[in-house]
Amino acid sequence: MPVIFITDAFIFLLLAMVIGFVFYARRHEHLRAPWREVAKRPLAMSAAVVLLVYIVIGLLDSLHFHPALDEPDNQGNTVYSTEINSVLDLLLNDLRQNTERTYSAPLAAHAFAKEIIEQEDGTQVRDYPRLLYGGAYLNNPETERVPDILLRSFIGILMGVFIGSILLLLFVWLQAKRMQLNARNIFQRLIKDELDVPWYAILLTVSVLLIIFSIIFQLSGHYHVFGTDKVGQDILYQAVKSIRTGLVIGTLTTLVMLPFAIMMGLMAGYFRGWIDDVIQYLYTTLNSIPGVLLIAASILLLQVYIGKHEAEFTSLEQRADLRLLFLCIILGITSWTGLCRLLRAETLKLREVDYVQAAKAFGVGNFKIMMRHLLPNVMHIVMISIVLDFSGLVLAEAVLSYINIGVDPSMHSWGNMINGARLEMARDPVVWWSLAASFIFMFLLVLAANLFSDAVRDAFDPRLRGID
Amino acid sequence: MPNIIATLFFCIFISGCDSAAWNNPYSAEEVKQNVYYDSFSERPKHLDPVSSYSANEYVFLGQIYEPPLQYHFLKRPYELIPLTATSVPDPIYYDEQGLLIERSAREEDIAKVVYRINLKKNILFQPHPAFAKDANNQYVYHDLDEEKLSNIYQLSDFNLVGTRQLTAHDYVYQIKRMAHPKVHSPIAGLMAKYILGLSEYAKLLSEALEENPHDFLDLRKYDLPGVKVIDEHIFEITLTQKYPQFRYWLSMYFFSPMPWEADYFYSQPGMNDKNITLDWYPIGTGAFMLKENNPNRRMVLERNPNFHGEAYPTDGDAEDYAAGLLEDAGKPMPFIDKAIYSLEKESIPAWNKFLQGYYDTSGIVSDSFDQAITFSAAGEAELTDEMKEKDIRLKTAVTTSSYYMGFNMVDDVVGGDSDRARLLRRAISIAVDYEEFISIFANGRGESAQGPIPPGIFGHVPGEAGINHYVYDWQNNKAIRKPIEIAKELMTKAGYPNGRDETTGKPLTLNLDTPAAGPGTKARFDWLRKQFAKIGINLVVRATDYNRFQEKMRKGTAQIFQWGWNADYPDPENFFFLLYGINAKVGHNGENAANYQNDEYDELFNQMKSMENGEARQAVINDMVEIVRRDAPWLWGFHPVGFSLHHGWYKNSKPNLMANNTLKYKRIDPESRYEKQQQWNQAVWWPVVVIILILIFVILPAAISYRRNETRSIS
Amino acid sequence: MISYILRRILYAVPILIGVNVITFMLFFVVNTPDDMARMQLGMKRVTDEAILKWKEERGYNKPVVWNSEAQSFEKITNTIFFENSIKLFVFDFGRSDNGRDISYDISQRMWPSLAITVPSLLLGLFSYISFGLILAFFRGTYVDVSGVILCVIMMSISGLFYIIGGQYLIGKTLHLVPISGYDTGWEAIKFTILPVVVGLVGGIGASTRWYRTLFLEEMNKDYVRTARAKGLSETRVLYQHVFMNGLIPILTGVVVLLPTLFIGSLIIESFFAIPGLGSYTIDAINAQDFAIVRSMVFLGSVLYIIGLILTDISYTLVDPRVRLN
Repeated sequence: MPVIFITDAFIFLLLAMVIGFVFYARRHEHLRAPWREVAKRPLAMSAAVVLLVYIVIGLLDSLHFHPALDEPDNQGNTVYSTEINSVLDLLLNDLRQNTERTYSAPLAAHAFAKEIIEQEDGTQVRDYPRLLYGGAYLNNPETERVPDILLRSFIGILMGVFIGSILLLLFVWLQAKRMQLNARNIFQRLIKDELDVPWYAILLTVSVLLIIFSIIFQLSGHYHVFGTDKVGQDILYQAVKSIRTGLVIGTLTTLVMLPFAIMMGLMAGYFRGWIDDVIQYLYTTLNSIPGVLLIAASILLLQVYIGKHEAEFTSLEQRADLRLLFLCIILGITSWTGLCRLLRAETLKLREVDYVQAAKAFGVGNFKIMMRHLLPNVMHIVMISIVLDFSGLVLAEAVLSYINIGVDPSMHSWGNMINGARLEMARDPVVWWSLAASFIFMFLLVLAANLFSDAVRDAFDPRLRGID
Repeated sequence: MPNIIATLFFCIFISGCDSAAWNNPYSAEEVKQNVYYDSFSERPKHLDPVSSYSANEYVFLGQIYEPPLQYHFLKRPYELIPLTATSVPDPIYYDEQGLLIERSAREEDIAKVVYRINLKKNILFQPHPAFAKDANNQYVYHDLDEEKLSNIYQLSDFNLVGTRQLTAHDYVYQIKRMAHPKVHSPIAGLMAKYILGLSEYAKLLSEALEENPHDFLDLRKYDLPGVKVIDEHIFEITLTQKYPQFRYWLSMYFFSPMPWEADYFYSQPGMNDKNITLDWYPIGTGAFMLKENNPNRRMVLERNPNFHGEAYPTDGDAEDYAAGLLEDAGKPMPFIDKAIYSLEKESIPAWNKFLQGYYDTSGIVSDSFDQAITFSAAGEAELTDEMKEKDIRLKTAVTTSSYYMGFNMVDDVVGGDSDRARLLRRAISIAVDYEEFISIFANGRGESAQGPIPPGIFGHVPGEAGINHYVYDWQNNKAIRKPIEIAKELMTKAGYPNGRDETTGKPLTLNLDTPAAGPGTKARFDWLRKQFAKIGINLVVRATDYNRFQEKMRKGTAQIFQWGWNADYPDPENFFFLLYGINAKVGHNGENAANYQNDEYDELFNQMKSMENGEARQAVINDMVEIVRRDAPWLWGFHPVGFSLHHGWYKNSKPNLMANNTLKYKRIDPESRYEKQQQWNQAVWWPVVVIILILIFVILPAAISYRRNETRSIS
Repeated sequence: MISYILRRILYAVPILIGVNVITFMLFFVVNTPDDMARMQLGMKRVTDEAILKWKEERGYNKPVVWNSEAQSFEKITNTIFFENSIKLFVFDFGRSDNGRDISYDISQRMWPSLAITVPSLLLGLFSYISFGLILAFFRGTYVDVSGVILCVIMMSISGLFYIIGGQYLIGKTLHLVPISGYDTGWEAIKFTILPVVVGLVGGIGASTRWYRTLFLEEMNKDYVRTARAKGLSETRVLYQHVFMNGLIPILTGVVVLLPTLFIGSLIIESFFAIPGLGSYTIDAINAQDFAIVRSMVFLGSVLYIIGLILTDISYTLVDPRVRLN
């Protein structure tokens, strides 16, 4: 039985908008040109591949449903569990279900801490107990574990290389067919980077990712690749589940604030006078409240709301989701002012341009002028600010979670992982894997986003072209 | 430029040499002194003994204020001994006619109970400006105004100090303050039930204050019938009914002496605006006085020069002799000159500073547990080799507290007296595996609870006779949790086979209400959900903020909650009253958070509370425990075992969960501490040098090639 | 000039009123006086009378915005909103919910904040500008390319990792400085080193890249080309022209930050146990101390507005083409 969270709805709305925009941009040269510019950069394209992987995972995690229970009820109807899962949970079912008792190191076969183990003869010893799942099928982990891991990794590499090669062949064949050249020729061009898009970078990134995925795939069935946390949950699973949270914060925040920022910015610049004054007043006021405090107050407000409407939020996930959405909205409120100011300044310049003046002289309505003439000409600013904001917002989530005003504590997020792992650094030996996993996943996303946004900014902002 | 850097390094080096180790967080001169170092994590809210009611405030108050009684430092079970009193007072009972009656008299016959307290003589207050007098015997600082306060920012800015003898008036004054309209005393409501005329007195005072809202409300002018000064060193407290637990209250800081001069001094206009209040600057007769109060950074206690002197106890439990705890027997206390408590909000830095030798003692947070403690094959807690090498010692004690999970008894699903709900509660009691909880989240530092009473309190029954047979079986000399199948059977009996409602077929969903947030809570909630899932229940964790949680508890809209209780005094009444019907949270705003109500239990409670410890009382207690075990309004949870570490230079350490005034017993060996600190904190410089070198090597080739370019002439 | 500044200050009043109304509404809806009382009075044995008494003492038993029972002016003045919000305008912050005088606390806690933020800003400016200049200077070489890549990598790491890493490495492993804490006087220096270094390293990525872009933009301008054509050495071009002209946006960018230095850094202060205004605010949020948070919001807004005015003034000082009107 499918369930649609509010953020899910927004995500798919966003997806639809992006697809719509792609089709729109294809038919408009002035929009196509900068994107073509972006597509020429090998680094940006590699980053795009990484981002795409994150997005696909995020989307899979946004398809929620109540799983059906095994037994029907008395009347024979299927009964659904109150639990809510996502398609991603189905794919990662093993990771989700195979929980240990407590900490275990990455790829370990034994628990991290010694425990009292009752032996068969009834005596007790204190030793590292075997894990329930990690390396459980090994008879003698001391000697078999390392060779087994190496063997599985090797198989993983082979698998990755194999799939990568198939993709390469498929690509060359398709290109050859399209460009009506022979495969050898295409292959040479690919290696020398003589195609219109740096396909070599894309294929290389894809292959590397494929190899990594294959290794993880090979290992994760039998080991906890990133170890387990305090209550024995798989860290890899948590890190992957956190992707959706990061993406939602990074994108929905912008989506929520965008209509306001654009409308206000355009209106202030176009009408000037008292409208301008009011809008300026509004954003200066909002801007001058320290953002963290505004967020803190709003999160408390939400908790009051949920507290008073307890009955409407029957599941943990729904509460967490509402809080996530609220966080996006409130982050949006604190961050729309910058864009609004930029748009206002640009509109002030644009309204004096000939064609706008002309349109005005012909009696074209104000709204129409704004939509027809002004909006398309400020779109590049909007575009740049969307991509630039993204990475900042993902990072902000972690900091907010640290002061307990971030996403719901029960939600998977990198901020919550870091926050929980902070104390683990005091352990000796150090429990580093939870921190490391959140670090790697977050770092990759933000790095890819930064690289991609650099390319987008260069392509859309002609002033900076050629400098960076 | 290189010269400047060299000089700078030299300076740092020099300053580093004289102030001991580089990373020493204290000032240079403090390091070698006879100072005790500790940390605190939460800023004390109140230091006024009449309103303070939390352990983190008692850490300071205990050293400063002296109520009439105290607990013996070494003896177990806990024993009350006199502090400023000459003896522990015995209650004297009177009947309706005011005639003396026997101690064993029936409760209904007792109309009046009198506690007569004799005080020791020649006890002086700490030096304090409130007592300062000039040559004409007039108080110097009792007519302050804005002008005189213009250069005053903290208490130490008053130049003159004075002192005077402790008298019975000071104790009486403090008891009157419980009813003061401007002071909030958390026990005022409770005491008004017992102390003769206290509630009328509160009304009298508020009327008096309304008449003269701006004047100092001098409590000496208004008489409280329940307290009477007999002479300078004797006073009496009169209760309206028998209350054997009252003498425990006499060891709590609510009953500390308060000189009227201090109240007057702090009440002067302008003092409040400068934050110079009784809540901030205590005034006592204890071994120490508060020298610096900067809860944003540190609190400093210093030896009270006027301290009346007290000798280290000369007797203790048998094992105390072996442990060397009586080496100082009979010597005058206190042993240390100063105690510095630094603010540490994060547990990691605090723990690391302890290991570096900058704190003398430390608790063990769950995350640093494995570093500090191992368990021997026999299951005994032991220090790790790393700790042993540092000569760190371990002390353990089962605390007199309970951490439990309660069901809201007014809830439709889990609450109520129906068999269905009772079976459900019992099924959950079996399913939530507290032994696993203790081992994961408390590193085994806990004892699973068999009922409301923790070990160490009268009424607790150890061994097979004391197990909760609804949840545990006795096997191999141990209480073993019943298998999960039993819980599933109970679920079926309760009408939830496999966790699904028999009639509707819907899975059962329960809610846990909690104010918790922050690191580590997620893991706990995940674990709890796992426990409930074992019997097919879907647990929803409704996390909210503290206020919202309290509101839910008050309105009774919570369903399942977690709660804890620390004993005020070592008497079972202090735990059983948490389940007494009249104390329900809903409607009565009491401490019975589960809103449990059972007439039979309530009747037994009334009987038990005024009984003397003995077999008869034990029998009543056993009956009460059986009733609540059957009804299972709580999962009894566990009693934490306190583990504390201290360095080898820290002497006379024995955990005492009732006494707070333990600082005076402590002794420090500062020389050995200084040596160890030096040894453990050698600065490691090479990585810094390496980083600088790398930077130079990266820049250098580029600079050279650039130079070459620049000087190359076009030819 | 003076009339301009006066006008700007007058303009600030409605903004501050707006800020006050917003924060008042937000926090008051969240925190009823009953909640505040319970929060302050603790867990054990709290009675309803105690709560009433607590509210009465702090004036929280009055109507929120309109007192219909009072006389004339008092209808407005004798309310919670007036008592708690309007008084802020004369910087009368009143008392926190736990009874402390807020102005006094702020004046005490300002200094530790400054002890962290001022060195961070100065050292930061110095090193970021140097790095930016070096990268711009070596543009196109491996130093520039690897520098930019390093910057992007460092930008992509959450600030929390720098703090955790710094504390672990410098404090715990190397024993160079105390892990956390604070002291007064010169003793404070050893406590400030670690937070300043961590703050510095955390900011390197974004700032260096930003300054590099700034200088490169300047280098592409016509007058620089002229200077080069004149035969000036690259070093002189860089220092005399690029650096000096690049300073204008840098300086004006810094001026807007100056007042906010007082507020301190929320995260760094609470990690390193610095008793500054940042940790004051965090503590207040966690303790839900309405009065402190509102005062800090107000203070923050005032400082922000001062920053804006200062920026405008500094523009006219460094760039004669800009006129204030």
